[in-house]
Amino acid sequence: MQKVTRDILVKRASELLADGTVSSVLGWKAGEFDYDVTPATFTDTESLEKGFVWSDFSAANLSKYLVSKTKSAEGRILVFLKPCDTYSFNQLLTEHRIDREKVYAVGVPCEGMADINKIRSICGDGIIKIDCGEKLTVETLYADEPFVVEPSEVLLEKCESCKSKKHVAYDELLGEEGEVVDSSRFSEVERLEAMSADERFEFWQGELSRCIRCNACRDACPACTCEVCVFNNPASGVETKAPSDSFEEKMFHIIRAFHVAGRCTDCGECSRVCPQNIPLHLLNRKLIKDMNESYGTYQAGETVGASSPLTEYTLGDPEAGDVLEGGGKNA
Amino acid sequence: MQRIGVFVCWCGSNIAGTVDVRAVAEALSREPGVVFSCDYQYMCSKTGQDMIKDAVREHKLTGIVVCSCSPRMHEQTFRKTAAAAGLNPYMVEIANIREQCSWVHKDMIVGTEKAIILGRAAVAKVNLNSPLTPGESPVTKRALVIGGGIAGIQTALDIADAGFKVDIVEKKPTIGGKMAQLDKTFPTLDCAACILTPKMVDAAQHENIRIFSYSEVEEVRGFVGNFDVKIKKKARYVNEDICTGCGACVDKCPMKKVPNEFNLGMDMRRAIYIPFAQAVPKVATIDPSACNMLKNGKCGVCQKVCTAGAIDYTQKDEYIDEKYGAIVVATGYDPISLEKFDEYAYNQSKDVITSLEFERLTNAAGPTAGKLLRPSDGRHPEKIVFVQCVGSRCASCAEKGKEYCSKICCMYTAKHAMLTRDKYPDTEVYVFYIDVRTPGKSFDEFYRRAVEEYGVKYIKGTVGKVVPEGDKLLVQAADLLTNTQMHIDADLVVLAAAIEPDKSARSLATMLTASMDTNDFFTEAHPKLRPVESPTAGVFLSGACQGPKDIPETVSQAGAAASKVIGLLAKDKLIGNPCVASSNELMCNGCSSCERVCPYGAITYENKEFRMPDRTVKVRRVARVNPAVCQGCGCCTVTCPSGAMDLRGFENSQIMAEVDAICK
Amino acid sequence: MQVKEYKPLIVAFCCNWCSYAGADLAGNNRANYPAEVKIIRVPCSCRVNPTFILRAFQKGADGVIICGCHPGDCHYTSGNYYTRRRMAMLFSMLDFLGIERERTRVEWISAAEGAKFSATMNEFANTVAALGENKRLEDLRCKK
Repeated sequence: MQKVTRDILVKRASELLADGTVSSVLGWKAGEFDYDVTPATFTDTESLEKGFVWSDFSAANLSKYLVSKTKSAEGRILVFLKPCDTYSFNQLLTEHRIDREKVYAVGVPCEGMADINKIRSICGDGIIKIDCGEKLTVETLYADEPFVVEPSEVLLEKCESCKSKKHVAYDELLGEEGEVVDSSRFSEVERLEAMSADERFEFWQGELSRCIRCNACRDACPACTCEVCVFNNPASGVETKAPSDSFEEKMFHIIRAFHVAGRCTDCGECSRVCPQNIPLHLLNRKLIKDMNESYGTYQAGETVGASSPLTEYTLGDPEAGDVLEGGGKNA
Repeated sequence: MQRIGVFVCWCGSNIAGTVDVRAVAEALSREPGVVFSCDYQYMCSKTGQDMIKDAVREHKLTGIVVCSCSPRMHEQTFRKTAAAAGLNPYMVEIANIREQCSWVHKDMIVGTEKAIILGRAAVAKVNLNSPLTPGESPVTKRALVIGGGIAGIQTALDIADAGFKVDIVEKKPTIGGKMAQLDKTFPTLDCAACILTPKMVDAAQHENIRIFSYSEVEEVRGFVGNFDVKIKKKARYVNEDICTGCGACVDKCPMKKVPNEFNLGMDMRRAIYIPFAQAVPKVATIDPSACNMLKNGKCGVCQKVCTAGAIDYTQKDEYIDEKYGAIVVATGYDPISLEKFDEYAYNQSKDVITSLEFERLTNAAGPTAGKLLRPSDGRHPEKIVFVQCVGSRCASCAEKGKEYCSKICCMYTAKHAMLTRDKYPDTEVYVFYIDVRTPGKSFDEFYRRAVEEYGVKYIKGTVGKVVPEGDKLLVQAADLLTNTQMHIDADLVVLAAAIEPDKSARSLATMLTASMDTNDFFTEAHPKLRPVESPTAGVFLSGACQGPKDIPETVSQAGAAASKVIGLLAKDKLIGNPCVASSNELMCNGCSSCERVCPYGAITYENKEFRMPDRTVKVRRVARVNPAVCQGCGCCTVTCPSGAMDLRGFENSQIMAEVDAICK
Repeated sequence: MQVKEYKPLIVAFCCNWCSYAGADLAGNNRANYPAEVKIIRVPCSCRVNPTFILRAFQKGADGVIICGCHPGDCHYTSGNYYTRRRMAMLFSMLDFLGIERERTRVEWISAAEGAKFSATMNEFANTVAALGENKRLEDLRCKK
């Protein structure tokens, strides 16, 4: 359950709409089920009252939507940003993708978001209703009694390895500010690094072969905001529509990870939205870990205007070979 | 579709010995786009070139592949051949089948096979080539020199002597810089003023030189050959054109207690002042922070005594816009602040001084009229300790000092020590050093003289602490050669403070988009081969702004920078390299990544209106490459996430086609 | 029946100013290296886009090597410093995916180092040959 409640968000949004500070509100609305909450725009109090959702399933990072919204909308847009979303927001400001003047950012503290797959593994299929109270109350088609689930046990991976409860940008903060979290988010990367190359290859082959190239990871990624994506551009030489063999499964993800290298804030949206549950964030995290170890700690989106490690250099940088030797434990 | 001609060179037996040239020509004739293919003994000969020209005409070729020696050898030759036949020279590609094939492989089958593949890659590339035309831009025949020290003066004089207009912008009221503050110069010991001031006068009187003193560069736009610069002429409250420099105002000014920066605060000047007797321009300047008239409207003495009527309390900062073809940075250096070097008691004792202060103390025009007297009590010091490398070569103390060697200190300390012993033989002089570095003409001899003829006591070791006690300075030091501790009761301690680039350099570098190293020294376009040019085209480096330098080095670099400027200004127009980056604005995100990695500052951004299919207009930030500034490295193309940035002549599609052809 | 010896295909991206000239010098000195090494000339090592490298592997290359000026010697002053970071990150990620790290390489070869060019190519080709064909990053449709 989120400490700052939906009603507080709706009330504040309504006030800001009413006093003319903003002309629209970027938030979340219900999907078909309680757990498929999706981003939505609201322009009046009535629709906010009716449709606005702030629950343990409001995981979607809204910062990316500002890229197109700030270009098209009249007036200022209110956007609700969780701590991790503010990093993406800053990164987009750094890249001049958002018109800051047109945004009214409201920071919302976050207690972590729920992973429906984990809930399913406890409650089984046929989930018809989830009540996000102190605990999650899950009603299914097949069980007589609703399941009561502890939210901390079904956190999304991105929330389990939360890097910050502190907002790095906002115009106004609801509730109390948190702290930067000292998480162990690189442990899974380290586990893979400790494997042999053969084992790693097996692992990734198993994961990436499930890719159906739905592009959800790309479409949700706040670093993927290119006017024309290279994968849609015949001139790029890497244009593909669907992975026709194991090369293309890998190519898409290698290129995508490299394209967002140094710009990825590790918001975890790629893995969250993957319908095949591929741990795509591990690729990005591997790059972040390597960059931290080789070039000094850097958190994309921490400050506006920062230069990514790949657009900087020092004379004493390690050679590619040294990075490889220091990276994986096995040859 | 291209119509490509393939020309396979035998290079006598150099290629034909290991490569079946006929088979190569035959195999390549079947490649897509190839309409003509032949081989010949020497393609680079006149006959060979004529063959190419004839084939271009006869077969209406649109592209040429020459399979021959390295493009580094004959690419230019064949481009000229193509141009002579009416073909765009950038429609020529070379397959290097000599250096990278026939010369490194022995087997005819292997060599032939590889030559065919290399030829194929070249054909694949030419299929995607498009004619390229180098851009042209005009050159404004006027140079700007920023900084009026010896570096700036020399550069300006050299450019002016070649017949071009030069402006010097100097932030202080007079030109002359650090050299004007020096007493004698090593290793010849001629007086600095005697060799500098005539040059200052030359600069002032040169018909091609304008001096903007007490002025600063405010804004720089444009690029090589076409810079637009805004210069701020700070209000000096004295009309420069009328002031005769008689000094009557200075004599009568009642505000007498202003620390004199020319003498490093060791004596006082007035609120209206002329920095020194030989100042250029020799006009008075009112210090607004000290002048009562300017502060509270009470005084006006200088105006009353000025018979020329030059005083103008209402004067405002003035802005001058001028166009330049080239800019020379000559912003020089400053000694570092010794605030953080508490161990030497610089802040506690007046008798712990910097070497530059020592220069003023020994200078006939200095605060003591050239007599070496202690600042505290005006007594003649009997024991002087010189400490070298104060803040230089200080890797372990990077937060207060500098890692690099300041280069000039060994020599000027030897000079100070020698001059002291020469003038006051009764003085005991110690020099503490890490190493003595004297790699210059007559430098080591000079240092040896200080030791051998003048009896200066050089001690390899470090000074740990200076403690003021009574009227003495207790110097605790270690002699590393004898491994003993030393205690010296000194009367004067002179610190050879490290030198660092002038503080204004960083903001200037940003304005010029010129790059700097971590120490704020300007970086060269190439550390060995282009030492006086900045990577930013049209910006040149003179003197210590590029790194620590002594006077002879500074003057020679000043001349070198001037010759580069002259070479640029002598051209009526600049012809660019057509193989430059360009951004597809439909794809550009405007994210600034490319700008961050461009070593030349060739990329700028503009907000551009795009008419959308639904007839609305969207404004988007897009990158723009200045082809006159871009050098064509291609770094931006890889950093660009969307692939909007591409490099002409080495386009993504072309390189990809080469990869495909090689891996087929 | 004679089995054809496996020869790995190596794509070498060489910067125009140092490494390509180094390769020319190797030629001048007749310093042999395997013919399966094919050089692509780029203005600077920083021109090498990761997609070129993937493309080479896709189309059947067994090893890819990027050659540039020594750090500090870049014709464009800083290009190879960016290359160093980019390639370190790219190759480390490929390694993380289980693609043999010996298939990728960055080498700094100056215009004076013809011998180094040849030695590097011989050594790299041998290393790649020991690994055998590139199976992990191949596109079966591109196979002959």
